[in-house]
Amino acid sequence: MAGERIEMKILVCVKRVPAPGSRINVTDDAQNVDTAHLGFTTSPHEECAVEEAAQIIEREGGEVVVLTVGPSEAEEQLRYAASVGGTGFVLIPNDTGHDWDPQRTAAVITQAIGDIEAADGQFDLIMFGNESADAGGYQVGIRVAHALGRPMVNGIKGIDVRDGGFTARREVDAGSEVYELDAPAVMGVKEGINLPRYPTMKGRLASKKAVIESRDLDAAPGGQTKVKLHRPEEKVSETEILGTGPEAAPAIVDLLDELGVL
Amino acid sequence: MATLLVFCEHDRGVLPVGALEALTAARSLGADLGAEVEAVVIGNGADALADELAVHGAEVVHHIDHELLTDYGPDAWATSLVQLIEAESPTAVMSVGTDRGNEVMAGAAARLDVPFVANCVSVEPGDPWSMTRVQWGGSLLEDSTLASALPLVSYGHHTVEAAQADAPGAGEVRTFTPRLDASHTATMIRDRVVLSDGVTLSTASVVVSGGRGVGSADAFAPLEELAELLSGKVGCSRAVTNNGWRSHADQVGQTGTRIAPEIYIACGISGAIQHWVGAMASKNILAINTDPEANMVTKAGYAVIGDLHQVIPAVSEEIRRRRGV
Repeated sequence: MAGERIEMKILVCVKRVPAPGSRINVTDDAQNVDTAHLGFTTSPHEECAVEEAAQIIEREGGEVVVLTVGPSEAEEQLRYAASVGGTGFVLIPNDTGHDWDPQRTAAVITQAIGDIEAADGQFDLIMFGNESADAGGYQVGIRVAHALGRPMVNGIKGIDVRDGGFTARREVDAGSEVYELDAPAVMGVKEGINLPRYPTMKGRLASKKAVIESRDLDAAPGGQTKVKLHRPEEKVSETEILGTGPEAAPAIVDLLDELGVL
Repeated sequence: MATLLVFCEHDRGVLPVGALEALTAARSLGADLGAEVEAVVIGNGADALADELAVHGAEVVHHIDHELLTDYGPDAWATSLVQLIEAESPTAVMSVGTDRGNEVMAGAAARLDVPFVANCVSVEPGDPWSMTRVQWGGSLLEDSTLASALPLVSYGHHTVEAAQADAPGAGEVRTFTPRLDASHTATMIRDRVVLSDGVTLSTASVVVSGGRGVGSADAFAPLEELAELLSGKVGCSRAVTNNGWRSHADQVGQTGTRIAPEIYIACGISGAIQHWVGAMASKNILAINTDPEANMVTKAGYAVIGDLHQVIPAVSEEIRRRRGV
């Protein structure tokens, strides 16, 4: 109803990842992406999750806590989140130089949520990215939701707040599936749910003033262990140049004909 | 006998090719292990899929059925799969790494408190098991070991080509009734919105895609025309959706749609890694670009060096000329 505000509490879990260009190189010890010449960013799905949370509280009122597990430098991503609508910030430092495996990461996030909720009350909505851009384990949010006993749907590209919960849409090949989740709920969102804003001047100021709360937590390692990273064998394909400019059209149509798609 | 359970997703009785990719991959793993390959399908009427699964090597088709399993829901499906796993004690469980495949397997792993390794390209049984999986959407590979009494893995979509078995499996249907109550239906599909009932980006045999080089939303019209002439679909790069020229639903890439058409025609696309991994499963790639050094051009099997704004209309014109219209 007009004027009636629900005051949403939302948690968004984000990951700091390298921002690669046209090629990803691996360090000499084959353990990590060589980031010597790379910047870092928030994993794209999660950047959209922060934007979605910001839009929801602009409509409903409330707060957006942004949480990350990662190196101390991940403070940069939390400050960025502060510049685009985040209101609270939690860093769980892992300065080992290696990502924790998915089970360990999920256990740590579950503990942190328990601690934060015990002090400040329950989150109505917890958002993750559908998968991280780098490791892409497709499971941390699902494990956290199960540990918390809350409903979880991944791959969400549309969220509407309704009385007592959320209507969520997941894009499939020929349309979308509609889910109805009661709060408190968990979702994994996908890029395309919105177009994230750029920080405004006001946002940049908020970013400088943001207070980052650091929580030291750890959990037992899970069963999957990374041995090494390597680049896939590149198919050495000689590029066949069919021609230059519009004069190449007949050669292109010949190719389409050959492939049986004409 | 040792068994491999293969979770085969379906949507209202239709098996996506991914489910058959997982069965195909499981067959070779089953041969290595001396294990029987058994398919798992969930939901009302899914037993009708048994013949298709048998042709792809399923000796047994476990049909998980319950009056509450009327449609897809991650909680109900993962809970049901876990109960079947507990009843059958398989050697390992696998699926394809699609949205549903990874979601149900991760949900099962969470409930069983065991690891889950998503999007493998190869899996080696042993002590411990070892596997190679994709990172960065396929730009990097990760070799991992897996210490688990029950390995749960998914195969990356399009990393294995679905193929029928030389000798079909028996496809014996065994019904399994899980213990479910209304609480498990909290995440079930409530409704569907159908946007297209024909060719889609992921099923099209021709995708004509544009990047930053197209220049504007309106300038996609010639690409639309060519796609229509070829009964294909128009795609785009992330730069295009970030500029608001096209809907994100058209985006090909790591964070968009992974496509595998007969031919991908990439127009004015530089070929950043996040785009390439969405297009690399295409059987043929034709890059049209003014820059002969563009990544897309050097990685493509075919290229035309030129301005897409001139080349694409000329191609449509040539097609019309040959068709005599």
